[in-house]
Amino acid sequence: MLIPSGAPHLCAPTRLSNLPADGNSAPGHARWTMTDVEVVDVGTRACLVEVDDAVAAASLAAWVRGAGLAVEEVVPAARTVLLDGVDPAAVRALLPGWSAERAAVPGPLVSVAVRYSGPDLERVAGHWGCTVEEVVELHTSLEFTSTFCGFAPGFAYLAGLPADRAVPRLETPRARVAPGSVALADTWCGVYPTASPGGWLLLGTTDADLWDVGRAEPALLAPGTRVRFEARR
Amino acid sequence: MSGACPASASRAVVEVVDPGPLSTLQDRGRRGWAHLGVPRAGALDRGAAALARRLVGGGPDDAVVETTVGGVVLRPHRAVTLAVTGAVCAVRVGRRAVAHGAPVTVPAGALVMVGPASTGVRSYVAFAGGIAATPVLGSRSTDTLAWVGPPRLAPGDLLPLGPSGPLPEPPPAAVGRPREPVLRLRRGPRADWLDRTGWSRLDGASYAVAADSDRIGLRLTGPRLERRSGELASEGIVLGAVQLPPSGQPVVFLADHPTTGGYPVVAVVEDDDLDACAQLRPGDEVVLRVV
Repeated sequence: MLIPSGAPHLCAPTRLSNLPADGNSAPGHARWTMTDVEVVDVGTRACLVEVDDAVAAASLAAWVRGAGLAVEEVVPAARTVLLDGVDPAAVRALLPGWSAERAAVPGPLVSVAVRYSGPDLERVAGHWGCTVEEVVELHTSLEFTSTFCGFAPGFAYLAGLPADRAVPRLETPRARVAPGSVALADTWCGVYPTASPGGWLLLGTTDADLWDVGRAEPALLAPGTRVRFEARR
Repeated sequence: MSGACPASASRAVVEVVDPGPLSTLQDRGRRGWAHLGVPRAGALDRGAAALARRLVGGGPDDAVVETTVGGVVLRPHRAVTLAVTGAVCAVRVGRRAVAHGAPVTVPAGALVMVGPASTGVRSYVAFAGGIAATPVLGSRSTDTLAWVGPPRLAPGDLLPLGPSGPLPEPPPAAVGRPREPVLRLRRGPRADWLDRTGWSRLDGASYAVAADSDRIGLRLTGPRLERRSGELASEGIVLGAVQLPPSGQPVVFLADHPTTGGYPVVAVVEDDDLDACAQLRPGDEVVLRVV
């Protein structure tokens, strides 16, 4: 079950309202400078801001939400943040005020209890050259960060798996992956909120309520959220 | 016209007798949830839906019924005023033909038959008071990608209506919109994925609407557009984005589009041209114009 820590259901703007005026730098986050950020127009009312990686995108997205910009949608992705329903000139005027130090405020921490009984545990162990027990040990020792959602409502791309633990997707995707499945692909970890086809390697399942439109924050793992997995029998 | 006065009726409901191939509730869509993977949804032909609302004195956020080609059959349980706009179709109340694009007052229990469409795809049925289905994430729109929002209409569904005020002065005559099937394009964020001649070849190119077009996207078939090979990391997508998969056949993303995607967006359709996409049928020709 869930052991929320901090305020997992607060949405990003609320979290950012707690930002101290000068911000605090958080160690361990990627650093980048304005020179690494490019703004590309998407039609007349949207633009893509290009950054180095998904963690930077999530961080920039959280900062933009707190910056008072008039914008309808802020969509972080693997290397970009889409700002939709916005004046691109206002974005270009705003971005020089952004810095990694100010943006890198840790999000809320959510604990997700997992029954590690997935059909691909052996396969992952094979890729990593270790035992199934060691797979579980590593997966539960890492802190992941939800960087962006997509694929299905509430499906979060969780960063945090080291590059040398990347795993390939299945050659033939499964027709049905059960809801609550905890899975790996490349260096991403994800939890399927609903039943769907899927090609990720399945480690186990959770009962966590990943998606509930009745909640103020419908996605348990909204971008910016930090995630730890713990083993349950 | 019946002499019933819908403004004085208490809460009315409308029964769905036959939803046709696909009928959904749509308003202006939900904003602010794209970062969680929730499409905006909303009426595909926004102008037609807005006109239907105005004709019955509704507000800009009222929900209406959107039909798909085959139309819809409804039965109000109390006298109501309604208006049908969008795809051209016959509208009958019982055995009586009534106006398309004008407010019509319907007596309690009458069968209202909308469609099938003779021109276009999607008709809109607005009711005085608006359809008071329970909003989901701030909207009564059904999204057909993730199925957030009210489910698609099914036989026997009862749609509650909100309280209605007096009917407004009729808006200026609803002008039929004989639109040139032209989609004006701006360069998209990944226009450079087209080869050197690709962008200029888009200007004036003619494409046919494919049969698998839907509320998610208008799929076009025609001259193959050569694009750079390789993989693009997934990125956020806007309404009207023209995505180019490796097949070289472009897709125009409509209201229910996925919020992120990994194929390059080479162009973006002008916002004013998107309503026309809602009414294009499989096989219809569209001309692309670069602005």
